[in-house]
Amino acid sequence: MTTALSRREFLKVGSSFAGGLVLEFWFPVASVAAGGVAAAEVNAWIVIHPDDRVVIRIARSEMGQGTYTALAQLVAEELDCDWAKVSAEFASPNEHIRRNRIWGSMSTGGSMGVRSSQDYVRKAGASAREMLIAAAAAQWKVPVLECVAEKGIISHRRTGRTLRYGEVAADAARLVPPKDATLRDPADWKIAGKPLHRLDIPDKVLGKPVFAVDVTLPGMLHASIAQCPVFGGKVVSVDHREALGMRGVKKVVREEDFVAVVADNWWRANEALKKVKIEWDTAGNGRVDNETIAAMLREGLADPKLPRARKLGDTKAGFAAAAKVVEAEYQSPYLSHATMEPQTCTAWLKPEGFLDVWTSTQDAEASMAAAAATAGLPLEKVEVHKMMLGGGFGRRGGPQDFVRQGVAIAKALPGIPVKMMWSREEDMQHDFYRPASIVRMKAGLDTQGRVIAMHTTIACPSILKVLMPNAPSDQGIDFTAVRSFSDMPYAVANQQVDYAMRNGHVPVGFWRAPGQQNAFYRECFLDELAATAGRDPVEFRLAMLKKNDKNRLVLEAVVKAAGWGSAPPAGVHRGVAVADGFGSYAAMVAEVSVSADGEPKVHHIVVAIDSGYVVNPDTCRAQAESNVVFGLGSILDQEINVKDGRVVESNFHNFPLPHLAQMPKVDTVLVPTGGFWGGHGEPAILPLTPAVCNAIFAATGKRVRALPLKRHDLRRA
Amino acid sequence: MLELTVNGRTHAVDVESEMPLLWVLRTHLDLPGTKYGCGIAICGTCTVHVDGRPMRSCVLPVSAAAGRKIVTIEGLAEKALHPVQRAWIEHQVPQCGYCQTGMIMSAAALLARNPKPTDADIDATMTNLCRCGTYARVKDAIHALAEGSGAPAATGG
Repeated sequence: MTTALSRREFLKVGSSFAGGLVLEFWFPVASVAAGGVAAAEVNAWIVIHPDDRVVIRIARSEMGQGTYTALAQLVAEELDCDWAKVSAEFASPNEHIRRNRIWGSMSTGGSMGVRSSQDYVRKAGASAREMLIAAAAAQWKVPVLECVAEKGIISHRRTGRTLRYGEVAADAARLVPPKDATLRDPADWKIAGKPLHRLDIPDKVLGKPVFAVDVTLPGMLHASIAQCPVFGGKVVSVDHREALGMRGVKKVVREEDFVAVVADNWWRANEALKKVKIEWDTAGNGRVDNETIAAMLREGLADPKLPRARKLGDTKAGFAAAAKVVEAEYQSPYLSHATMEPQTCTAWLKPEGFLDVWTSTQDAEASMAAAAATAGLPLEKVEVHKMMLGGGFGRRGGPQDFVRQGVAIAKALPGIPVKMMWSREEDMQHDFYRPASIVRMKAGLDTQGRVIAMHTTIACPSILKVLMPNAPSDQGIDFTAVRSFSDMPYAVANQQVDYAMRNGHVPVGFWRAPGQQNAFYRECFLDELAATAGRDPVEFRLAMLKKNDKNRLVLEAVVKAAGWGSAPPAGVHRGVAVADGFGSYAAMVAEVSVSADGEPKVHHIVVAIDSGYVVNPDTCRAQAESNVVFGLGSILDQEINVKDGRVVESNFHNFPLPHLAQMPKVDTVLVPTGGFWGGHGEPAILPLTPAVCNAIFAATGKRVRALPLKRHDLRRA
Repeated sequence: MLELTVNGRTHAVDVESEMPLLWVLRTHLDLPGTKYGCGIAICGTCTVHVDGRPMRSCVLPVSAAAGRKIVTIEGLAEKALHPVQRAWIEHQVPQCGYCQTGMIMSAAALLARNPKPTDADIDATMTNLCRCGTYARVKDAIHALAEGSGAPAATGG
């Protein structure tokens, strides 16, 4: 981070030269590196040092998914520099605001890091390359067209002269950027598309302080907080006499909806917090439990006037013509993100009226807005120092609860940096959960076993309603609640999808591949229909997928790779599923066994993914492995139960994560067909649950319609 | 005052005897590589070596660690990277990386005691939790080390 700090130092100098004016958004100027050697910002994304080191600025967040490296690869590809000399740093959110949002979106979710910025980051690289070539050509006084650049060196073909990027970067930075730089054909990629080592791993294996929890500042204090166990509750009274007398305790902060103890050490703060007696007003939600939530969803299913998320043909006529009608009800519980790094925010309200915040965020601008609003400062007076995330999975984007709390605590201790970290218990009981839902599906088959009508009714809380109340809602439809049905690729002439938005008091949020439970429902129900029709599940699906549908292509690829149709190992059974989302297509075959005493084991997963292009095949494979483990926990054991208005589960003893011993072998088949950019952070989780549950049906004849599996007796009848 | 020997250096710390070692390392000795994950000795993000054995430092009272040889992730690498750290880079194990310092400490301790662990040994010993799902690569990296030129040294420090 040396470069980042020295860049800020330069900016301070720069603004004093400008008489304290706010800097303009485009300033091709040299920044000062450590030791006073000039490094040049060729454009907002690229800083080049005289010794040819290239620093690439990353606007999105890194939570393990590999975007930090993939984006650097795309920039470096077009820049055509020496990858061995590339490092990356996060772009400053404060500078981003002052430079008219020069780095585009800083939000990181929906598997969008690469796919929604690939165009402009590649152009930044290409544009910088053209400027470097132009600067060299000017030095040589030769036409630009006679010069080429490769691996950080510009050559003049005719005379054989060369200049390094580091030698011309300062000159290049003064040039006007080209209007539209030409991008390389991905077929010609040399840096992008390759399984290069991740840039963030060396620091991570050394235990370097890269996460929000690692922030250390002079005189810093530590805070632990308690929020009302019943969501939405408020503080009525606080008795902190005992806590204040405990060693190291500096202050007890009381806010409307939480109490924090601030001490010189987090353990001391947390021990003292346990001694604070807090009376809460539970806002009338103290009686909500699993049963009342299920009743709320069932009331939604029964509502005769639901908005329609899809209407094709005439379902009534379709069912009337059907030879067979199959109906099923599926459901899923709430789930917690359980990021390994609990929610954390360090805030420092400085005497000069500037607020510094260090946090693990999926959306730096949202963090900044929350911090500025809480502190009552303009955005220009706030900096959010983006740290590496100890897991994100959707928890740290929309809701910026932890930033509001961190800043509120710092406001109570002006001039002193305070690091607030949630305990694991607080983290598990104050999440924005994967919504619980109940879905009813009804399908009509004709005499040849073809699906001619399908009607789906979905009762599910709306994530958008909670996180983005002002987001345009299409007549009460939340697309995250209806996906996989509202956009089902199977050719069924008569379709209807109804949505019952029933929200309740449990906060819901984006949990890896929001809406992923619908792929479970749909793809398991498809297997039920295939069984009714007496057809092979793969054949049954292929018959309903159009010729060029990419769902078909990945399904065919996975069937081939997994040897579908061949005999599986003894005692092992296969299940299949396919789903698209987050710009990509994923099909999976799961190999599962169920022991005599009903214990399921997932042995092997084969997944085929078409994301259009692949920027780093190794991190894409890692993401497939990641989706498998993340999903596996929710299949086997995980559930968030509600009793007396509060979450029952509190830590990893009752919200277990899969262990290494449970990890199946994962084979990832990347089949990028080009022409579009899809994501990798989430798609592979979509077919996982149905593939596994379909394999369990093959193994036991038992159809799992609700998770987790621990609630089912899977012994053979 | 308690005397703690961490990564080969001795420190006198004035803290409550029941304070878990984790918080002494993180706050008083400025060694943040050892992480808090659950506080109840399940997840293993807080794993350090105490006299060569992997211990969950989030529940280990500092008084129980006094006078013993403690090694944290910061002390695992001596002059060069520890073989486990090298293997972790080679196999591109970490994703978010939060649990990995504990994972690396557990792997280093396993290999020091058992240079050729079987799958079953790894399954039984590597109980650290990883939410990102790096398990397959953890296993591959440990097997590669076992098949390599020799077991890594017990610990640095």
